[in-house]
Amino acid sequence: MPSQSVKLSCKNIWKVFGGNAEKIMNETNSENLDETLKEQGCVVGVRQANIEIYEGEIFVIMGLSGSGKSTLVRLLSRLIEPTAGEIIFDGKNLLDATEEEMIEIRRHKMGMVFQHFALLPHLTVLGNVAFPLEVQGVSKVEREKQARQVIELVGLKGRENYYPSELSGGQQQRVGIARSLAVEPELWFLDEPFSALDPLIRREMQDEFLRLQNVLHKTITFITHDFDEAIRLADRIAIMKDGRVVQIGTAEELVLNPADAYVEEFTSHVSKAKVLTVGSVMAAPLNANDVAGHVSVKDLIADVAVKVEAADKPLAVLDANGEVVGSLSRDKVISVLVAGEGYAGD
Amino acid sequence: MLFFASLILAANAKGWSKILGMKWVMKYPAGWRLPLKSHITNGMEWLVEEASFGLFTFKEFTRGIAYLLELPLDFATAIFSTGFRSGLGNEAVQVLPPISWIAVIIIVFAIGHFARAMKLTPAKMSLAIFAMLCFLYLAVFGQWESSMITLSSIVIAVPMGVIGGVLIGTCGYRWPKFEKAISPLLDLMQTMPIFAYLVPILFLFGFGPVAAMIATVIYAMPPMVRITIMALKNVPSEIVDFGYMAGCTRRQLMWKVLVPSAAPGLMVGVNQVIMLSLNMVIIASMIGAGGLGYDVLTSLRRLDIGGGLEAGVAIVVLAIALDRLSQAFAEQNDMALVHHHAQKPFLKRHQWSLISGAAILFFGIGGYVVDAFQIYPESWEVTTASFWEASVKYLNVNFYDQFEALKTALLTTFMIPVKRFLLGLPWPWVCVMLALIGWQLGGWRLSLLCVVLSLFIVVTGQWQKAMITVYLCSISVVIAGLIGVPLGILAAEKPTANRIIQGAIDTLQTLPSFVYLIPVVMLFRVGDFAAMIAVVLYALAPAVRYTIHGLRQIDPSLIEAGIVSGCTKRQLLWKVKLPIAVPEILLGMNQTVMLAISMLVITALVGTRDLGQEVYIALTKADTGRGLIAGLSIAFIAIIADRLINAGAKKLRQRHH
Repeated sequence: MPSQSVKLSCKNIWKVFGGNAEKIMNETNSENLDETLKEQGCVVGVRQANIEIYEGEIFVIMGLSGSGKSTLVRLLSRLIEPTAGEIIFDGKNLLDATEEEMIEIRRHKMGMVFQHFALLPHLTVLGNVAFPLEVQGVSKVEREKQARQVIELVGLKGRENYYPSELSGGQQQRVGIARSLAVEPELWFLDEPFSALDPLIRREMQDEFLRLQNVLHKTITFITHDFDEAIRLADRIAIMKDGRVVQIGTAEELVLNPADAYVEEFTSHVSKAKVLTVGSVMAAPLNANDVAGHVSVKDLIADVAVKVEAADKPLAVLDANGEVVGSLSRDKVISVLVAGEGYAGD
Repeated sequence: MLFFASLILAANAKGWSKILGMKWVMKYPAGWRLPLKSHITNGMEWLVEEASFGLFTFKEFTRGIAYLLELPLDFATAIFSTGFRSGLGNEAVQVLPPISWIAVIIIVFAIGHFARAMKLTPAKMSLAIFAMLCFLYLAVFGQWESSMITLSSIVIAVPMGVIGGVLIGTCGYRWPKFEKAISPLLDLMQTMPIFAYLVPILFLFGFGPVAAMIATVIYAMPPMVRITIMALKNVPSEIVDFGYMAGCTRRQLMWKVLVPSAAPGLMVGVNQVIMLSLNMVIIASMIGAGGLGYDVLTSLRRLDIGGGLEAGVAIVVLAIALDRLSQAFAEQNDMALVHHHAQKPFLKRHQWSLISGAAILFFGIGGYVVDAFQIYPESWEVTTASFWEASVKYLNVNFYDQFEALKTALLTTFMIPVKRFLLGLPWPWVCVMLALIGWQLGGWRLSLLCVVLSLFIVVTGQWQKAMITVYLCSISVVIAGLIGVPLGILAAEKPTANRIIQGAIDTLQTLPSFVYLIPVVMLFRVGDFAAMIAVVLYALAPAVRYTIHGLRQIDPSLIEAGIVSGCTKRQLLWKVKLPIAVPEILLGMNQTVMLAISMLVITALVGTRDLGQEVYIALTKADTGRGLIAGLSIAFIAIIADRLINAGAKKLRQRHH
């Protein structure tokens, strides 16, 4: 379970591309900022983003191409410098770090996985995974020992001496994942890691990713353009549009209370049963005689549907302490499964 | 309309200017000239004679560099050609012989084998055998001595060019300002005729193999710089991001991430450096390089056609062998196959280096007993010189009239009228025209550039000679285009024709430029016509290549759209393919112009009267100022042509999109 301490956050972060963006930002008041930027030929990549990522959670940033999500993740890892705002990592402003300090932070606390893998073509799997350790100056014996462990963790044991070009896309991304984990980072950035893979492999890699996270408990920032992927993986989701963070919340919150038409449009295509929990649709508690069994408040409708269907009476809904807090009838489940619409907010 | 105005003007300008008393329009008055030439010459003299850093003079400094460079060069020459000696002059005693010719051939075979061993192609051995045959040719035709002298200078010059190019290129990548600063310099170095900087090199480094090697490196390095910058920029941005995320320092990022990732691209540059170094062999012999280049040059001066051709072909053979070998290395960028290779046991992996080492020892020691092991026996040598003499004589005796008729026809109907037209134009008119065209195609910057560069030519008093250069160049380019573009179309349309044409073009491109002169002079003697033929042959390749490329890269769906609309094959070509390929073809013509200009300087040897001749005379008189000014003028003509054509191609492309 994610704890509530903030690991990484950004405050009012802006990225504006173009000549003297910084000057314009400082000199123009907020009202006509947009027009002024446009006049000067500047392009806004990220607009006043505020994000808090909790320790140990999977935070997904979701948006279509051009929405600024890749820019945002590069701002969070300070691969590009923001035009305005601050980035707080472990309570310190990352932007105050010198080049040397940044190198140290990246060497020990951050890992990143890339959409097109970004493997070094001249190194073997082992060489690639050991690379971050190599640049730290870890001895060859030690770094290869560590690298072998991570390679085994991602299921590539036996392929240590292969070159990237000999591997399939899925295997290459496993190398990318292993490489980013080799330094045991606290913060793990994944920039559309599965987008370049076939749908079947993608699903397999998602499962693999969840399995790894169950073992590792990293603080994760995950970028995707695929809402289904976001729902499967995320603890919380931030939706971006035109450089702006439109809404942040759990998948269920986004479906139940979309902040605007754009989010609603996104969520409307999603199978509600996979997002909504029992708690969001349950009715008042019934007598013990009128129920046929029980489900948990936090279960997804899709996961309990079969059980409810099979029962001849409604089921009791229990909270985490085992107290009865409501009931779930067959009708409710069916309406979520069939349409879902109209149930939001009930 | 402007063109017709120019025509009328060209015909009558001379008369009119006399009437109006404006002679200066036709002939730039000598009194107005800037005395740049003598300034440069004097500056150079000061540098060599008087300049000093306090402790040592400038001359001592440059000679010191020359001395340092001589060490590796001497070493390589000793290995390949002279053997290690002790003592001086005639009393020198050979301590160690050079590598036996048999061992060299075995090593070449081994390298060929190694380059391909990583490739799982069925024709694994073919390259090794081919390279071996090339070197065997050198021995059999009695070119071994000279070839090895040439090879030893290449062996030193190429790594210097590559390392220097990569270093400058990485700096250019890291500091964009530095790239901006060197970019025009690279332009100039690539367009400036080599002859022009031979003179200052001669002054600074003296006459001899070292000066020749420095000239070679200067000539061969600019493309390596360019290719390095480009290859580094082409590294995917994600890989750069990864490098930062892994916590690389800037140095680690450059040498552990960027350069290795760009390696396949860099190998293309290495190949270029090798080819350009070989291209320079003959010219380098003018300032003291020995070897094959020297043989060609002396034969050319004696009009010894057979001897020149044999040495020339030897350069070609050497060039082809080295080209194929380096290309094979450039292609094997697939590290996976190296991996399989690396898994074999030690003996198997190193069998060829072991065999090579054994061969050096065996034939080295054996050479003391059996002379034939050390030096290819003269009695086994074959010479074709007399055959070439005879066939040229035969052609000249039997086809003299035909050649002469062709020459006269082209001269009177085409070349001389164009020459008259260009020489008849008043220089202010040409400058204005260039300004107008530049403004039309690329705005005021381009316009200004054209005017400034052409005025430079005017005020240094080079106008007449420059117009002759323009005339020879434009005639050659037109003819090269008339031959090259149809050949390119043919090759793009018909696979069999493609194979033949590509093969021919590849060979033409590996020939050093001087080699073209030999048969041309034999058949057409000296003069503008011979020069034109040589230039056309040399400059043909890009016209063909770019046409093929332009036609091939057309989006197939456009061609399908044409077919579906019911185009005949002819209509498809003329109405769909060619219009789309025009920008590409224009770029090819641009390359043709560049090659033509660089070849023009060399044709000065066969008696043209253009700027090239000016440079060549400056070289023989060791007149730095004269050579540099004429060289710069040639470079400026090239730059004007390059910028205008590129702007035109860009404009066309924009219209397409």
